[in-house]
Amino acid sequence: MEVYIKGIGNISPQNTIDSSIFLDEIVSHDTDFVSCIEPNYKEFINPIQLRRMSKLIKMGISASKICLKDAGIENPGAIITGTGLGLVGDTEKFLNQMLDNNEEFLAPTAFIQSTHNTISGQVAIALKCFNYNNTYSHRGFSFESALLDGMLLIKDKDAENVLVGGFDEITYEHHSIIKKTRWVKNETIKSLELLNHKTQGTIVGESVTFFSLTGKKDENTYARIKNIKTIYKPESNEEIEAKIDQFLAENSLTKDDIDLVVLGLNGNIDTDDVYYHLADNYFNTNYAYFKHLSGDYHTVGSFALWFAANTIKHQRVPEIARFRKENFTEKPIKNVLVYNHFREVDHSIFLLTQ
Amino acid sequence: MSQRVFVTGIGIISGIGNNVDETLQSIKQKKSGVTEIKYLKTIHKGVIPVSEVKLSEDELIEMAGVDKNEPFTRSTLMGLIAAAEAVKNAQIDDIKEHRTGLISGTTVGGMDKSELFYKDLLETTNHIEYIETHDCGDSTERIADYIGVRDFVSTTSTACSSAANSMILGSRMIKNGMLDRVIAGGIESLTRYHINGFNTLMILDKEPCKPFDINRSGLNLGEGAAFLVLESEDIIKKTGKKVLAELTGYGNSCEAFHQTASTPEGKGAYAAMKEALGRSGLKPEQIDYINAHGTGTDNNDLSEGRAIDRLFGPNPPKISSTKAYTGHTTSAAGGVEAVLSVLAIQNNMVFPNLNFKNQMKELNFKPVTELLENVKIDHVLSNSFGFAGNNSALIFSRY
Repeated sequence: MEVYIKGIGNISPQNTIDSSIFLDEIVSHDTDFVSCIEPNYKEFINPIQLRRMSKLIKMGISASKICLKDAGIENPGAIITGTGLGLVGDTEKFLNQMLDNNEEFLAPTAFIQSTHNTISGQVAIALKCFNYNNTYSHRGFSFESALLDGMLLIKDKDAENVLVGGFDEITYEHHSIIKKTRWVKNETIKSLELLNHKTQGTIVGESVTFFSLTGKKDENTYARIKNIKTIYKPESNEEIEAKIDQFLAENSLTKDDIDLVVLGLNGNIDTDDVYYHLADNYFNTNYAYFKHLSGDYHTVGSFALWFAANTIKHQRVPEIARFRKENFTEKPIKNVLVYNHFREVDHSIFLLTQ
Repeated sequence: MSQRVFVTGIGIISGIGNNVDETLQSIKQKKSGVTEIKYLKTIHKGVIPVSEVKLSEDELIEMAGVDKNEPFTRSTLMGLIAAAEAVKNAQIDDIKEHRTGLISGTTVGGMDKSELFYKDLLETTNHIEYIETHDCGDSTERIADYIGVRDFVSTTSTACSSAANSMILGSRMIKNGMLDRVIAGGIESLTRYHINGFNTLMILDKEPCKPFDINRSGLNLGEGAAFLVLESEDIIKKTGKKVLAELTGYGNSCEAFHQTASTPEGKGAYAAMKEALGRSGLKPEQIDYINAHGTGTDNNDLSEGRAIDRLFGPNPPKISSTKAYTGHTTSAAGGVEAVLSVLAIQNNMVFPNLNFKNQMKELNFKPVTELLENVKIDHVLSNSFGFAGNNSALIFSRY
């Protein structure tokens, strides 16, 4: 598949808006969860509209505009988003109003803005884009489905370029709920020390990350997305290895061709095993990790793709993101494989090349 | 993109029946599912009519044959039943024999349990097993596990066009040879959350809805689940199995106008239908029946009607909305109406648009108001339009 990343707009817990820098200054988050560094929205949205928008909508429209500017594209051939939990803040607002007022005296705004397709719809309105528009919401396959859809549109020549994004937000209220599950760490940690805390759970993060994908390569493209794959509920590490073997073979590569493996390590002792297994027993190359920078969330694959694309564009792996640093060897970064899973259920692989 | 995509199985549960046969019987008997609220606990009971699946959750659990101690939402239970019927209807014995995916559409997700237990989840550790049934993916994964799908799972969430978009992705993945078979459709249970949401928009009719009527005054919400088994040309050639219909066209276009309204001229509806026709290679006059989105709101029926007028001219095909039967099943609607479109082809039938009396002044057409039997239906256009301007159209054809 000939699909290239032509532009990126990434609003995340790190300084990721300026595409000329790549994790030059790191932000440590020493709070219960990891929140985005918000841009000056006035650069992207007029003040009258801004007042009516919830945080995620503001971030969504801004990230899409940053992305299209980076790509030099005015109107995309399609807009596709993925989100695990959609507009959490608006959902909480309407739900609490409804429960507190016993279904009376409700205002529609929060409800209207709480459907998962709000961002793709609002971005379409902001761009006046009448083309293909879709939204996926499936846990660790939310962004991956959107990406797959976009790549298919390009492959089938239904669109010359597509805008694909992943978004999720974390609120105090939602964090207070999911903290009751085994997926979130009980203790507050310094985010950059994520892997040092050998306990159950991870730290929760958020981002809004848009990509402009095109079928044509030019000097400004970040990287080529050669292929992606989702694996649902693999039963063993052996099955995962076999699936990676097969995936690489389908793309005319072997594991020895991979210059960098980006792992979705999230510090959860219950579920990080597969990453250690792949690093220790399967691949033999350089490794990176990123969730100490972004936190973990359903669409963290979008942050991983941003990271992987930038390692190719900048031809370096920032020190802070190196895993197994002692064995790290300097070499050209041509083929990058991202392996990530959501709670050991939804596993995904991205294969990028220069 | 060469493979053709065939429908080999259908499954449905809605306010007018718990399976395909009951659904068809209700349609023939002009029996609407829209009644007073019985199962949902809400202050709107007795005021706002809806089309509920006529089963309690205990009855759904029993019908699905699942463990009542597991956290199943109402949406998921309906989804299990409809998906299993579709698989059985397609005479699939070993689902792992071919690369099979499940793509389901939902927007409300597990909200029926979240809204019930929300304050507990905030303040206590009671019911925390329902924290992980809230998101849209939970239902899809439980349905996949129930019917044994492993090769691909995904969930579309484009409000009222979700199920149609599931079928579009499924069709494209088969055409591209990525999967041999996709079970695609959608699910949605009624919740206080979206009844109240729609109510704040003042688009709920307090009486049975009257799609395309000049005096229409809103929609009735409904609930249900419906799935279609889509299979590749290769499987059909290899097995010679029975084909119910072919999915010959699809279109997806964004209105980019307003979060909850469409343009009066129906720009997005027109574009979606036109694209579907283009992909199917059919001319407008070859469409025999349009199963319209036809919700009964002022805005939808005007914009959809005008788009139909513009695309099909003075002699449009037979048109009806079946929303007065099933209510608007939101994310499931595209699936429910796709099943009905396949039934129209199989049974050479056009379903009546219940409750219609007087034609809209703005439109050239009147919907069909009586059950038409023994009319040859070769091509059906099914429309699904959602919040955020997500418009989709599908064309099912006789094989």
